[in-house]
Order: sequence, then structure tokens, then C-alpha cells
Amino acid sequence: MIDLSTGYLGLKLRSPLVASASPICKDLANLQKLEECGAGAVVLHSLFEEQINAEAETLDRFLSAGAESYAESLSYFPDLQNYSMGPKAYLDHIQRAKKALRIPVIGSLNGVSTGGWIRYAREIEDAGADALELNIYFLPTSLEIQGREIEDSYCDLVEAVKAQVHIPVAVKLGPYFTSMANMAYRLDRAGADALVLFNRFYQPDFDIETLEVAPHLTLSTSEDLRLRLHWVALLSRQIRPELAITGGIHTAEDVLKGIMAGAQVVMLTSALLKHGIEYLRDLATNVVEWMDRHEYESIRQMRGSMNAAAVAEPAAFERANYLKVLGSYTSVPTRSRI
Amino acid sequence: MKRPQVTIDGNEAAAYVAHRLSEVIAIYPITPSSAMGEWSDQWSAAGQANVWGSVPTVVEMQSEGGAAGTVHGALQGGSLTTTFTSSQGLLLMIPNMYKIAGELTPVVFHVAARALAAQGLSIFGDHQDVMAVRQTGFAMLSSHSVQSVMDMALIAHAATLESRLPFVHFFDGFRTSHEVAKVEQLSNEDLRAMISDDLVRAHRARSLNPDRPVLRGTAQNPDVYFQARETVNPFYDACPETVQRVMDRFAALTGRHYRLFDYFGAPDAERVVVLMGSGVLAAEECAEALMARGEKVGVVNVHLFRPFSAAAFVDVLPKTVRAIAVLDRTKEPGSPGEPLYQDVVVALQEAGNFAAPPRVVGGRYGLASKEFTPAMAQSVFAELAAVAPRNHFMVGINDDVSHRSLAYDPAFSTEDPDTVRAVFYGLGADGTVGANKNSIKIIGEDTDNYAQGYFVYDSKKSGAMTISHLRFGRNPIRASYLIERASFVACHQFSFLERIDVLKVAEPGATFLLNSPFNAVEVWDHLPRSAQQQILEKRLRVFVIDAYRVAKENGMGGRINTVMQTCFFALSGALPREDAIAAIKHAIAKTYGKRGEAVVQKNYAAVDNALAHMELVQIPKEANSSFDRQASVSDRAPEFVQRVLGTIMAGDGDQLPVSAMPVDGTYPTGTAKWEKRNLAQEIPVWEEEICIQCGKCVMVCPHAVIRAKVCEPAAFRDAPVGFKTAIARWKERANMRYVLQVAPEDCTGCGLCIEVCPAKSKSEAKKKAINMAPQAPIREQERRNWDFFLSLPQTDRATVAMHTVKDVQLLEPLFEFPGACSGCGETPYIKMLTQLFGDRAVIANATGCSSIYGGNLPTTPYTVNAAGRGPAWSNSLFEDNAEFGLGIRVSLDKQAGYAGELLRRFAPRIGEALTGEILAADQLTEAGIQEQRRRVAELDQRLTDLNDPEMRDLAAITGALVRKSVWLVGGDGWAYDIGYGGLDHVFASGRNVKILVLDTEVYSNTGGQMSKSTPRAAVAKFAAGGKPGAKKDLGMMAMTYGTVYVAHVAFGANDTQTVKAFLEAEAYDGPALIIAYSHCIAHGYDLVHGLDQQKAAVQSAYWPLFRYNPALAAGGKNPFQLDSRPPALPLEKYIYNEGRYTMLVHSAPETAAMLLTEAQKDVNLRWKLYEHWASLSYSNGGAQS
Repeated sequence: MIDLSTGYLGLKLRSPLVASASPICKDLANLQKLEECGAGAVVLHSLFEEQINAEAETLDRFLSAGAESYAESLSYFPDLQNYSMGPKAYLDHIQRAKKALRIPVIGSLNGVSTGGWIRYAREIEDAGADALELNIYFLPTSLEIQGREIEDSYCDLVEAVKAQVHIPVAVKLGPYFTSMANMAYRLDRAGADALVLFNRFYQPDFDIETLEVAPHLTLSTSEDLRLRLHWVALLSRQIRPELAITGGIHTAEDVLKGIMAGAQVVMLTSALLKHGIEYLRDLATNVVEWMDRHEYESIRQMRGSMNAAAVAEPAAFERANYLKVLGSYTSVPTRSRI
Repeated sequence: MKRPQVTIDGNEAAAYVAHRLSEVIAIYPITPSSAMGEWSDQWSAAGQANVWGSVPTVVEMQSEGGAAGTVHGALQGGSLTTTFTSSQGLLLMIPNMYKIAGELTPVVFHVAARALAAQGLSIFGDHQDVMAVRQTGFAMLSSHSVQSVMDMALIAHAATLESRLPFVHFFDGFRTSHEVAKVEQLSNEDLRAMISDDLVRAHRARSLNPDRPVLRGTAQNPDVYFQARETVNPFYDACPETVQRVMDRFAALTGRHYRLFDYFGAPDAERVVVLMGSGVLAAEECAEALMARGEKVGVVNVHLFRPFSAAAFVDVLPKTVRAIAVLDRTKEPGSPGEPLYQDVVVALQEAGNFAAPPRVVGGRYGLASKEFTPAMAQSVFAELAAVAPRNHFMVGINDDVSHRSLAYDPAFSTEDPDTVRAVFYGLGADGTVGANKNSIKIIGEDTDNYAQGYFVYDSKKSGAMTISHLRFGRNPIRASYLIERASFVACHQFSFLERIDVLKVAEPGATFLLNSPFNAVEVWDHLPRSAQQQILEKRLRVFVIDAYRVAKENGMGGRINTVMQTCFFALSGALPREDAIAAIKHAIAKTYGKRGEAVVQKNYAAVDNALAHMELVQIPKEANSSFDRQASVSDRAPEFVQRVLGTIMAGDGDQLPVSAMPVDGTYPTGTAKWEKRNLAQEIPVWEEEICIQCGKCVMVCPHAVIRAKVCEPAAFRDAPVGFKTAIARWKERANMRYVLQVAPEDCTGCGLCIEVCPAKSKSEAKKKAINMAPQAPIREQERRNWDFFLSLPQTDRATVAMHTVKDVQLLEPLFEFPGACSGCGETPYIKMLTQLFGDRAVIANATGCSSIYGGNLPTTPYTVNAAGRGPAWSNSLFEDNAEFGLGIRVSLDKQAGYAGELLRRFAPRIGEALTGEILAADQLTEAGIQEQRRRVAELDQRLTDLNDPEMRDLAAITGALVRKSVWLVGGDGWAYDIGYGGLDHVFASGRNVKILVLDTEVYSNTGGQMSKSTPRAAVAKFAAGGKPGAKKDLGMMAMTYGTVYVAHVAFGANDTQTVKAFLEAEAYDGPALIIAYSHCIAHGYDLVHGLDQQKAAVQSAYWPLFRYNPALAAGGKNPFQLDSRPPALPLEKYIYNEGRYTMLVHSAPETAAMLLTEAQKDVNLRWKLYEHWASLSYSNGGAQS
């Protein structure tokens, strides 16, 4: 019997396959299906700092628009007694999910500032979440902001959130740091219990007919995995926080690579969007088959088996490997040159 | 018992009692009573119970007539029932009122009394409506203040059960219904103590019940009707005593003692004024001041007007009285005197026991909320002192026609010097009124002070000015009139100083707070000279704050309300500063807390940062400005516009004498152009290089401020420097030049034109063919350009391809600069109507938004072309617009027919050729119409030349020989609800009328109440829990006739289809209905996205585009053509862009989800049905082939 169980954020998971934060997780029926199909845990969709504020401001703006101006229409809407503004709907969702599921439920909070909104971290904990994923999605575009300031703000935010809650906190972030390794280390010091590598930043596309910038979301592919493998392999066993991979997990091979690089869990969204939630079951079956074929007993056994410390050529993860790859490119004969 | 002190308005006070004492509430919105129904609906939606622990059922009906019928039925069903209404609404209830009274049924109608539509409509307060029901058999109880509204509401509910007579409880619209005042709130125990459960059970026992059946509503014959009508007399005889008994019981409970007639004044008064409603308070203030001078005067406050107790009235009059003036807030033209006057005369005649009977005179005051002040009351008392006081006078206006008005001394004031009197000039959008309502609540509820707030609004919906009048102090406040001497004046918009005299109201030594972009040092030089002079003469203390900056810095955008409110509290000293700030924050949390933390926090920040930015201005020794306030109207305007309308524009309409007003309510059109409002901070600027001349911006502009012309190059010879043109992109207009011009001072800055513009710069994508730019720097240049543009020749209509949007832009709009909301979704349709047919259109306009921006004085957007032709427009009522329009059509047809008859009769003398051509004319094209006009002009000339007395009739109606287009315009409240019966009849009539339904899916004008057009899942007033039922398919209903042209259009989704529909509708010789999607401020999103929402509505198939043309069926073709594609967008992607839907997601997520599912089903099924219909074969009479 092959043991797929793993540990993540102090939780015991029956499988390393975890549904990452996405709109799939907004729907309770989907969450139940994920559990049914063998997910080790679910990360709920994110509660966005901007969304909470924007919803409040939008409601305020349209309730105020045109009001108290003209004698016949001093308002345009009934003054309802209660709006479930802010995080209430989200917290209710956590509660419902906790009631409906046996697998761990991880809340997700998305924001960049250390403002009052981080108290929602505690509210997520109070609502029953088993752990919290803090998704720091910040694209610095100002010419004035320096790298150090950004790094500090990440650490400040992690510290502030950690101070709010007792449940473990994972930090999900992007790869764009001058020194990713140092950044990971600083987040370790700031108290992160796990790092989720990496966020995929939306990249705008152009519509040349309308001359508009079109927000474009493409699903990840297995190609996206390599950046993650690289960093997980490098950081694995070097820092205290656990590591999770998100982005690029599409096949059983991808899952196995992630675990071998050192990830506690691998997270999926694109694959589920592409193939449906049931795909999770196929993936697990394929992983088990592969492990069986290659006589692996457990996930624990293979975890980190190919991280930087465990491979024969650690340099493969470093600059030397870069040179090797380039060399291999130039050595490919091209007909046009003949 | 200690009762809570609450600060509420009269409507809430009445609704508070009515909701707690009712089981069924039938409502229909009408200003100024709508809020009573809205409160009831909200309370019931939130599960608030009546005093018996049960939540009242609130039903909205299709009209007040419907509400009255429902009330009647609910009463027959044994429920305690109530309703709320005003004005025309009450008139529609009259038939049922006779029934309810004739059957001795206890009920209370709460009425915010309002003027009636006569020479013009008015939403404001007087007693014309209630006086029109005094004969129905209802008892009538009058309140004069917010406290008395709450008290009398309870007394009415108790007395109706005890007397079995139904009651109208009324109070003055706006002055009392909308005045915010501190009152003692009655408790549920008070209400229970006053209502006898035995009488409630007796009411139920009289209900219709098959277990103990009875028959009511018989037809009675000459033998017994009379006797049966007289059976009720004992109930009327007993009623006054019953009411007094209830009042006495109320007094024992609360300590407030009312009598049927309350007397205030000297016990030995010789002169007494009798009146009812809020005017009583001004009269009492005056009497008190006169008594202090030793004058023997008094005031009778009439509470129980019907049944009128002559004995009780005579009883309260001092025996010393020698002269009585009875003031009626109504007018009955042709009567020997107004109703209250007549009652008093009769009462004295019948019950008077005076040795020397007092002389009685009657007068009118206060129609349509005309101010009634102590100064006016003083003139009445003074008149009574005359040897022969004038009778049938009026007070408050200058009647220079029939010379019946009393002059009064405006300097006479009874304002309490210990009361703080604050006046605030704000902009609708800046939140001033909302903050002032909060201030009054704070002062009323957090201090021992008495407090009162009253708010005056604009006649325009965009860029509206508001004036708040706040009084507070240690002494009770009776003043039922606007503040004339303010101890504090705040001007929240610097630009107001240029337009109006904001300091006129300031008393010497007053404080003036100004929101100014200039600091304390700079500001003086930017004040108009007259403002400087007043500051010096009155020794005003002046403070400035750049509130816009503070608001912006704290995320408040243009909402400066909390900033200004904080300054007001700091300066007025109503509370210690720290307490005031705490109280403001408490009020913010209460008002905005449920909208979310972010909103509360930014308001807090604005409060915290306000005072540091407020500065005291050191006043120089003398005025130095070389400029002053601007004239409200250009001196190029016609005389009537300058003299009359200009005076109204300047805010001085109260000063106009009777002679200034047209005798029959008839006004010139073409006047909006004289009202330069300069509302927009930014206006569109044309880039002629980028423009593709598609005309879309011209089409979508709700305010007709973007215009296009194509002219010969020579026409631009004298163009001002900087006037832009481009080569015209029309094959048939080669070598001509195109110009797109913006009216800089009329634009509201809504931005719809920019949104719709499809052309973009090839080197800088964000730059379109029109782009917004600050108005101020280009105002002068663009004003010159606009004037020049207007002087350019208009394209000959006969050469315009009317079915193309590109060509429609070249047609002159005869509807311009309406005061509608900025970005309005209705007005583009009306503008287009006038472009296509305006020079021969007659418009019947149902009451609603379109009648308000169409016809609210001072100006109208309807205008004329160079030939003086343009739409003739009239608003009859709300409910009758279809019938009204039909009448116009029938009449025009009759006139045309008669003209034809005469033409035939006189043809030999006039000339057979001309008359034959006229009678056979084809007027289906623009060229045909122009030709007919030419012939008719020739006919007129011949008739003049012939000068035959027999032909005078013909000469008077030759104009009828040119084809006219009759349009019935209104909103969904009219077409789907109150006017539907008439509209349906018009469909069936087959007459050639065109119906334009501006469908905003709510009663927009009265503030967004549900209509039968409101879609499922949307929140609206009276549908606070989301509308559970689907929108009525009015188009489908009309199409079932098979003889009605029907089009469903949305100009933002398909402008060409819209134009086609208008042309086809007009061309169809029969009734035609256009249902036009109109985005609206009541949909809850920024209207700059209105066109995107129209597109989404069509893409989701929520709003399918179609045309049903019966003319096609005649040719064997399917008359039903679908013009939009199958659903390509889930409904939620459309609806959840709008607040009216997302509100429900926030307030009741489960209901929202359920209703969304249902609404999506509605869309799917409707689409399938339409698709199927569009695919049917009509050939061979529809027989199966």
C-alpha cells in the first residue's frame, strides 16, 4: 500500500494534492467534489483587501449618488437594515466549508498593506479555518520604490498577520526578488510557516483591433513548473518554513517532480479548470502507479530526494548549469549556417 | 413615563404610528408622501411588527385608485388598514372614499397635503388636495408640526375605531412632512393604551365572512336611497365629542393636550386669525410678539376640520372678538369664499352668540409651499384692525392684477435671538443635506437643545443647489418658515458667490464659513464686490477651508459634507468641540457603518483633518473687487425670458407679481439655452484629425451639447480663430467641411460621448476623437466657437439619409440642455425624436422625470428651429397620458379632415390645381412634407388675397393640412402601471399615435419605487427584499393585437436599430410603441458606463432587440424581426454590474442566488419564444404548407 500522506502547516494531509486558491473554491459543491476526488486539503479563494474596500466604497457611492438633491427623489434605494459587507460572506463560506468537509480548509487573504484589514486574518481563524495562506500580490510599478522597501513591507505584513492569529500562516508570493533566497530567509525570520511558490502575475495583452489593453489570463502549463522546481530544490531544507508548489502542476510527473524537489504539497487550479475536478482522481492514480512501478513506498520517502543537497551535482541548480544549457544550444547545428 | 426624544421628519412620524397600528398597508408613490410608504415597506421587510406582534402586509398598487380599492377591500376583509398619499393621488381615491365612509368603515388615510395640477403642476404643500375630499364623509384631522403629526396620527387611529368614521389625517407637504424636528416618541404601550381591542374586534366582526354572510354595496332606488343616506347622521353628530374624548385620553397619557380647536392668544382678543396646518405656528409667533406690544390678538388652530363642530369653534373664541380673518391654504375659483372661511361664517351664523357678531374676512396664503411668515400674519392682524378690513384677500404675493394682496413688512421678525439659525448652501452631490440631517439629529439627541432642519431643493436634477435651514437652541422652536436672518451662513461651493446672494440672509455679526480654493490671505480678492460690502457692513466673521482638498486627501472625492459639518460644529459651539467630534463620528458610524468599514474610516479621517485646515480671514478695511455677481440671463434673451424666467433663475421668483405670470399656464419654448449653468469641470474637446465623423457622440449626448454640421467651405470665412473643421467624409457632400462643436456652458460633463467614441489616435491609443479637458481655460474660446457654430446653416433635411446614425447627426435637435441627471439614459431618445420629427411633433408627456426635465420652470429644453417650428408639448397628468395623447390625435385628424372638407368646398374659388395637390399630397418623406408646407403657404397667401369672410374658418386651420406626428411620452410607471388601462385602449384604437416608453424599470422621478417593469432580483423601494416576480412583457402584450407597431430598443447596444425603429414607428399608420432601455441613476452605477450596460443587457438577451411591424404581415412576411443575437453573456455578468442587484447579494445572498436562477430562466425562455416567433412563416396566411 503506497502512502500518499503528507504534512503541511502542522496538518496531516492524506495526499499532497491540494486545490489552490481560485474561484473553483467559491462553490461549496466544488469543495465537496474536491474532497471526494481525493484532495489533501483546499485553499479557499482569496479575500482581497481591495475587494473589501471597493465593495464598501461602491455601495456607498451608489447609495449617495443623486441623493438629497431633488425634492421628489431624495434617495433612489431603500435603506436596507443590513448589508453583509466586508468579509462576512467569506467567513460564512469558511464555516460552511468546515461543516461540509473532513479535509483541512485553508483560508486565503490577499493584500499588500498592513492596514486595519489584516484583522480579517483573525476573523478567518475564528470562522474555523485550519490555516491561513497570505497571498502577497504586489506589482511595484513606481519609479520611486526601492527593492528594500518592498522586501520590508512583505516582512512587516507577515509579522503583523502572525501577531493576529494562532493558526499556521503560509505566504504565497511571486519570484521577482533580486535575492529570492534571502527573501525566503527573511520571511522565515518574519514567522512564515510555509512558502507557496509562486504566484503567477497576470500579464496584460493587447487587442490591436480596439487598441485596448486586454486583461488576459492563460492557464499554466507544465512549462511553468521549472521555475518552481528550481527554487524549491534550492530552498528545501535550507529554511525552516515548509514549501508548497503552485503553478505548473498538470501531470503525475509534475507532482512527483515537485515532491522530489522538496515540496510538502503541490497545488492545482489550471489542471482542474482544463480537465474538471475529477482529474484530481486520475492524477493520484497515476502518481500511485508510477510509485508502485518504481517501488516507492511513500511520499515522505521521496520528498526532497532531488533537492540541492540531495542531487549529485548541486551546481546544476546554479550558474554552472546556465552555462551548460547555453552551450548545448549553440552546439545544435543549424542548416542555414551550413 | 420617560419617552425617547427622536429627531425625525413628519412622514416618519406618521408612518411610525400607522405601521404599528395596521395590518394591511396599500401604497402608491407620490411626492411628498412617498416616504411614508417607503418606511412601512422597509419596516415590514425587516420584520418589524405592529403593536399586536404581527408584521403588517404592505402592497404596492398600480395607482392611488388601486390603493384605495385595496384599502376598501382589506377593510371589508376585517384588517386594520391604512394608506398614504398626496395631491392627485388623493383625488384618485375619491370614489372609494365615498364608499368607505358610506359604509362607516374605520380607517386612516395619512396625507402629506399638496397642491393640485391646474395651470401647472406643483409638488409642494398646500390644502387643495384635502379640501377636494372634504365632501366624501371622511373625518379630517389636521396637524401643524412634526410632534403633532405623531400625536394626531394616534388620535386619528383611535378615533376612527370609536366613531366608525374614516379619517383623513393631514399635514403640510414638505413644510411638515419633510421638516426634521426633535419630538417625543410615543411608545408601543402608548399606542396600545389608546386603541381598544374590543373596537378592533368589532371591526373584524363587521367583515365579509361566508360563515356569517352579509351583503354590502346594494343598488338602491328612489324609494329608499335618500333615507339610507341619512342614517349616518348620528355618527357625524357624535364624532367631534368622540375625538375630543380621545384627545383628552391622549393628554392624560402624554401631557400634550389638544382640542378640536386650539386657541392661542389674549383671553380678551379682539382680532383673531383662524387657520390650520403649519401656518398656525407662524401666526402664533406673530400673535405672541403683538401681544407683547399690548395688542389683543389670538389664533385658532383648527384640528378637526370635518365634521366641523360649530359649537366647539364658537366656544374657543374669546367673547371679546370683533374681527376674524380665516386663512385658507387653498383656492376655489368662483366660490364665494374658501372652505374654512365658509365654515366659520356658517358656524358664527348658526352657533354664534355674540352681542355684536364679529366681522369675518377670508384670505388665501401659502399655495404650493409659498412662505407664510410672522410678517405676513402681522399684515393680516393689521388688516383686521382696519375699519373695513378687506375680504377675499391674499397674503404672501404681490397681486398687481386684481389688487387683492395685503402688503407686509419684511422687516417684521419674531426670530428668537437665543436660537442659532444656520443656513447652508450646498451642491446636491456634495452631501450637504445628509450631513445637516445628521447634525440636527446630533443636536437633537445628544444635547438638551431643541432642533429643527428644513431643506430647500432645486428644480434641476443635475448640478442641483440645496439650501439647508437649521435652527437649534434652548427654547422650543415653532418657526414654520425659512430662516430669513441667519446667525451662521455656510457656502459649500465657491462658485455660488458668482451666481446668488448667499450673504443676504446673514444677520449683522453672523459667522460665514466658505469652502474656498483660496486661503485666508488670498480669498478676499476673489470675492464679488457685493459680498465684500456685505461682509464689511454686517461685520461678518469669515472662515475659509479648502474642503475639496481635505476631502480628496482623505479619499472622500467630492463629498465635502463631513469636513464642512465638523467646521460648523466647531464654529457654532452647539457642543464642546471634543464632544461634537465624538458625536459626528458616532453619527458617521450609524449612517455609514453598514456600508463597510472603509467608508467609515475615510469619513473619520475627513473629520480629524478638517479643523486644521480652517482659517479665520482678516477682513480688510474696504471692498476692492472690480467684479460682481453675474446676471442670470444674457441681455440677448427675449424680454419675457429676461424679465420673468431670468428672475426665477436668479432665485427671486417670489418677487414676481401676478401680472408677470401667463394667465393660462402657457410658456414659450426654446428657453433652456438661456440658462448657462456651467456645471462641468471638464468638457469634451474635438480632435478633428482623429474623428471619423460617425455621429455616435452626437447621438448619445443626453444634453444635446455635442452638435455636428456640414457646410460649404465659404461658410467658415468668418470663423473665430481656433475654430476647427475637417473635410467632410460623405461621398455626396464632397468638398464640404465637417464641424463637431460642444456647447461649453451647457455640458454636464457626463462623459458618455467619450465612452462611445470609436476612433483612436494611431500614435497614442488613449487619445480619442473627443477627449475631456478642463472647462475653465477654454470656456471663452469655446463660447465664441459655439455662437459661430449656431450661425452656420443647417443641412437641408430633404437631403439627409434619416436611417443612418451618421446622417442623423446633421439634423437639428429641438430638445437641448435638459436639467436631467448628468448622463441620463432617457433624454437621448427624446432628442432623437425631435431631430427626426420635432418640427411637426406634438408631445403628450406623462408626469415623471421626462415631464420634469421637460417642463419644470423656469426653462424648457424643447426648442424651435430657424423657421420657428418645434415640438408643441403638454403634460396633463400621470395616469391619463395615453388618453390625453389620443385626444390630441383625434382632434388634429378632425381639424385636418375639416380643412379638407373646406378646401374641397372652396376649390373652385381658390384654384382646383392647388387644392387638388394639397389634398393628394404624399407626405411620407421629408421632401413631401416640405412641398406640402410650400403649398399651404401658397394657400394662405391666396386666402389672404381673396379675403372672403366665408373662408375665414379655413384660413384658421390650414396648418392642419401638413402631416403631424403625435407622441405619447412617459416612463414605465405610466405605461406599465398607472396608465396601462388607457394605453391598452389606445393600442386597440388603431389611431395613428406614437408611444415612447422610457423604461428605467422603476418610478425614477419619485425615487426608485418598484413598477411592473422592475426586473426580477432587483432591489427597489417597495421591493426592499428584491422583486420576486418577473418584469411584465409590455411589448408582447401590445403585439398580441397584431395591429400595433412595437419596437424594443437600446441605443447603446444598437443605435442604427433604434433609428430604424423610430422611423418605422412614425411611418406606420396606426399605434406604434417603442420601449426604450433607459439607464438610470436608480440602477446604482456610474452612468458613464450606461452604454456598456445597454450592450450587456442585449448580449445577455435580458433586453432583446426586436421590431414588430404589422405592415409586413400584410405582405405575407413575418412581422416579428429579432435584431439581436442569442444570449452570449450569463445574466449575472450584466446585472451584477449594477447596485440595484448587488444590494440584494449583500443583504440577502440566498434570495439573490435563487432570484438570479429564476431571472436567468426568464431570459432563456423568453429568448426561445422570441426566436421561435421570428422563425414562423406568415406566407399563405400562416397555413401549414
